[in-house]
Amino acid sequence: MESMSVMAEDMGYDPRAGQTRDEKEGTTQEDRARDLGMMSEQLKNRSMEVFFEVGEDENLTYPWAADVDFNKRTELNCEGKTTTEVNKDINDLMEEGYGTIVLQNPRGMHSVGVGILNKLNLIVEGSIGYFGVGLIDGPNVRINGRVGWSCGENMMSGTVVIEKNAGSTFGAAMRGGDLVCKGSVGSRTGIDQKGGTIIVGGDTGAFSGFMMQRGRMVVCGNAGKNLGDSMYDGTIYVGGEVKDYGVDAIPAELTALDKAWLTRKLTQYDLMPEKGVDHFTKIVAGKQLWNYDNLEPNEKKLIL
Amino acid sequence: MCGIAGLIHRGKSSGVGSEMTSMLTALKHRGPDSTGFAIYGEPNAGDYVMRFKVAEQEDMASGYDMGEKIAARIAEVDKRLGEHKAAIKSRDEVTPYAMRYVISHDGDTEAMARYIEDVEGTEILSLGNALELIKDLGDANVVADQYGLRDFKGTHGIGHTRMATESDVDIRSAHPYWAFPYNDVAVVHNGQITNYWLKRRQMEKKGHRFMSSCDSELLAVYTADNLANGATLEDSLKASIEEIDGVFTYLVATKDSLGMAKDTMAAKPLVLYESDDMIAMASEEVAIRAILPQEIDTYDPYDEEIRVWKA
Repeated sequence: MESMSVMAEDMGYDPRAGQTRDEKEGTTQEDRARDLGMMSEQLKNRSMEVFFEVGEDENLTYPWAADVDFNKRTELNCEGKTTTEVNKDINDLMEEGYGTIVLQNPRGMHSVGVGILNKLNLIVEGSIGYFGVGLIDGPNVRINGRVGWSCGENMMSGTVVIEKNAGSTFGAAMRGGDLVCKGSVGSRTGIDQKGGTIIVGGDTGAFSGFMMQRGRMVVCGNAGKNLGDSMYDGTIYVGGEVKDYGVDAIPAELTALDKAWLTRKLTQYDLMPEKGVDHFTKIVAGKQLWNYDNLEPNEKKLIL
Repeated sequence: MCGIAGLIHRGKSSGVGSEMTSMLTALKHRGPDSTGFAIYGEPNAGDYVMRFKVAEQEDMASGYDMGEKIAARIAEVDKRLGEHKAAIKSRDEVTPYAMRYVISHDGDTEAMARYIEDVEGTEILSLGNALELIKDLGDANVVADQYGLRDFKGTHGIGHTRMATESDVDIRSAHPYWAFPYNDVAVVHNGQITNYWLKRRQMEKKGHRFMSSCDSELLAVYTADNLANGATLEDSLKASIEEIDGVFTYLVATKDSLGMAKDTMAAKPLVLYESDDMIAMASEEVAIRAILPQEIDTYDPYDEEIRVWKA
């Protein structure tokens, strides 16, 4: 082989023609990406690959999590307090061991209950504003009012149940848990959803499920235009009418497994339609734009 | 970012001045640069309320003779009103540079307004039987105190807290905008209009005037142009969804109604509350809760949605 290439070079033939730049220079795509500053963040410990590992304990708790007792209940009045004070009070009460906290008079306050990384029953008597209960990992939240934009954004686990309507970008970039709105929600529901379940009792607006990557979304009412636009993966179920499908979102067959799952989830949250779940439309990614599963881990990191 | 708010009481007057102040105070974090109100009192048939400014706030520190210049400008406005046979019934110097006149006039108000705006530094902020348009730098409390707004009674109003992005922090770039020359029509807007220059050139060719380089002014001019061509407020709002590009939610108030329109991307927020007595709307729920502490049902309008309510 060597003598062949020596011979070929002698004859003015470049044996490396047709090779990629990486092959010629002996580098990898990762090396080059790092040189460009694109890979400065290293995947370590709970990287994407192990984040959804099947064997992982379901009720993982953080080392600093407070030991709370659900039977220990208290009320917290938000009247006259700032968001920072309310969130700090919630933290302090958890430290004291309270496992059930009832928030009174939130009156549209923003960012209430954000970043709770603890087991907790949080009950909100009233309506909250933007970014409510975002980035949570663990608590069960019930809101007896309405929520503003980006409720449950980036939530990792737990359940959130909202009795009235919700604003736009409901459950944006959500990663896990159940996020339930019994009324109607605004536009761009579940934009960039990466896991978990979003359930809407009423209608949803335009661009719902936009760039969805994983997880499930259930809409019992109608969906606005461009449903599931550019979705990578994940599943959307719509009980009513779909105004139109986004690019690369296609209807798929509703299997017996889907029906069983829908029945279980909707019954759990008291949203089961009288006529059952057979009429639901299932929407998945056509995978014509980008086949997410076929990408190598490095490429995954680059596009995310 | 900007915050917008609107309020309409069905069939009765209420303390709109203090209610709008509370709503806009709650929205201060969306824009602290300037605050504006367009509020509507009982229509005063025959008489017009004219609010105008003869200088910007920043001009006040620009020279020792500014006071003389302002006095000269006001005298010139008075003279020009006289030439148009308008009688000044009352005059109120609200701030050193902003005036409120009640005038009686039965001629061509547009020609009169154009003639007055020809005076250096002068801009008519509003003209109408019911509309009072107030805008200045600072938050809602500052402006409400400065202009004595808290006691104002009326049926409806719209307001705006501005975070300046594409034009200056001054009164001419503050909202609401009066839909010159349409008496009693005002607009507030939250968003960015991306075909501003194209539409502005079209409007300027038709003879409309622009006082600022703020994209929101286009919506006021555009609404005025539609109304001039016989369109209803509803028609105008509907047409704007197609003809205006960008992301926007805007409110239009007229003598007896209030309308809203949301763009095709639904990218700018609005929360609505409707009851038999009143309709309240704002960029954030916290503004509605500022005047309605009891538990209420609110919702977000969807993309391309337009609504019009009558007082």
